[in-house]
Amino acid sequence: MSMFSWLSYDFMKYAFLAILIITPLFGLMGTMIVNNKMAFFSDALGHSALTGIAVGVVFGVNDTNISMVVFAIVFALLLNQISSRVAASTDTVISVFSSFSIAIGLAILSKGGNFSKYSSILVGDILSITPLELWYLLVILLVTVLFWLFGFNKLLAVSLNRTLAKSRHISVAWMENLFAVLTALIVMLSIKWVGILIINALLILPAAAARNISENMREYHFFSILFSMFSGNLGLIISYYVNVATGPTIVILASIIYFITYWWGRHNHI
Amino acid sequence: MRKMIRPCGLHCIKINHLGVTLGGQEILKDINLHIHCGSLNAVIGRNGAGKSTLIRAILNDIPHTGNIEFKDRENGRIQKLKMGYVPQSMNVEKQTPVSVYDMIAAYQSSVPVFFMRGPKIRQKILEHLRIFEADYLIDKQVCNLSGGEQQRVLLSMALMDSPNLLLLDEPVSGIDQNGMDLFYKTIYHLKENYDLAVILISHDLDYVRRYADKAVLIDKTVLKQGSVKEVFGSQEFAQVFQYGKGEA
Repeated sequence: MSMFSWLSYDFMKYAFLAILIITPLFGLMGTMIVNNKMAFFSDALGHSALTGIAVGVVFGVNDTNISMVVFAIVFALLLNQISSRVAASTDTVISVFSSFSIAIGLAILSKGGNFSKYSSILVGDILSITPLELWYLLVILLVTVLFWLFGFNKLLAVSLNRTLAKSRHISVAWMENLFAVLTALIVMLSIKWVGILIINALLILPAAAARNISENMREYHFFSILFSMFSGNLGLIISYYVNVATGPTIVILASIIYFITYWWGRHNHI
Repeated sequence: MRKMIRPCGLHCIKINHLGVTLGGQEILKDINLHIHCGSLNAVIGRNGAGKSTLIRAILNDIPHTGNIEFKDRENGRIQKLKMGYVPQSMNVEKQTPVSVYDMIAAYQSSVPVFFMRGPKIRQKILEHLRIFEADYLIDKQVCNLSGGEQQRVLLSMALMDSPNLLLLDEPVSGIDQNGMDLFYKTIYHLKENYDLAVILISHDLDYVRRYADKAVLIDKTVLKQGSVKEVFGSQEFAQVFQYGKGEA
């Protein structure tokens, strides 16, 4: 049983469970983030985690998880509102607000030379996850699956053509805001384990790879979740034996899958 | 398949005093239209005259003033108006993994398309695609369809809830001369054989002359409406299209 010897450590057991929850979640969410061209949006959300922590520190909140989540939700809704109103292109608007918020976060957290205390969030550490935090992740996975079962068709309809969706009495603004809030929740609840620098890669890569070889929504979701779980689990095991950080290992594997599917898709004319 | 019904000519749709102001700018004002079932109404006007805005206002996609009535002419009963809309294009880039089934089911069904295919809704979609001889496209990716194929698929989808009023933006790109002929013939066939009225934004006066019953010339408001002959012979028409440019 030496192959599974790594599971005899509690922290590895928890990390393994966390990967089993996070990766299908990211695979699922990533499909629509890529479809809606929201890669930049989710990236900005990830960066806003720092600001969320800073806001928590300023207001003396004990659990910075709460301030992070609240700030991210407000930030996501604000970005949605602004990009639908301002005439400038969406990525410019997102960039402006994201830079502003990161700068505020960094300024506050670095006051008195204390930033190193928070730098672990940049890379993330999945080995430090606790059972309670696993429950949070499980709840958000269930919420996402329910949202997908009952709201996915509407979400897709809005993404394909807003006017057509509206003419079929789908509340476009509601769907867009719900999706943005859900993305914010997922990013914030998993960022400590995955890290600001690579969380977006984990959201985008499996879906992007699945796109290379899928012709319909069922294949797209199947492959996205499969690639996400495969690179997640293999990445955890490899990182344990090679002794490197888990997140980057997963991203490297997911990137390799992306290149293979890209090549495969081109050769098979999908 | 849906039973074909000869248009009765007894329903009518009235658009009263419709106006749109966006960002402090008045785009449409006091638009009054009277539309009968079984008629093909072409909306014409120069670029930026507000043609697309008019369609979006009728669809309730943008805030507007005024109202839209749907009446049975026999007894003046007001009914709920069902509208079908055919957009110019869908938001699908190359490689988007959305099949024709996925697209139509997303709008028409609650069976989550990422998870499974509903046999019932698939049957219904096939039946409607067959009207336009497009049933062989059901498993193709929407992004790989030609302009004409995409139009036929979108038309099938618009017909699925038996609309009283069909709103269309004429396709401008990705369709060749033959495709355009086919498009107009299809619309003509629809309004002849189904109980519905059609409002069509058109950029090609030649086709309007050949196929439309009524024309509406707009520029912020209705400059002239009536039979195609009346409108094309009017002074307002000559003024708007005096240089007869391509888009004219």
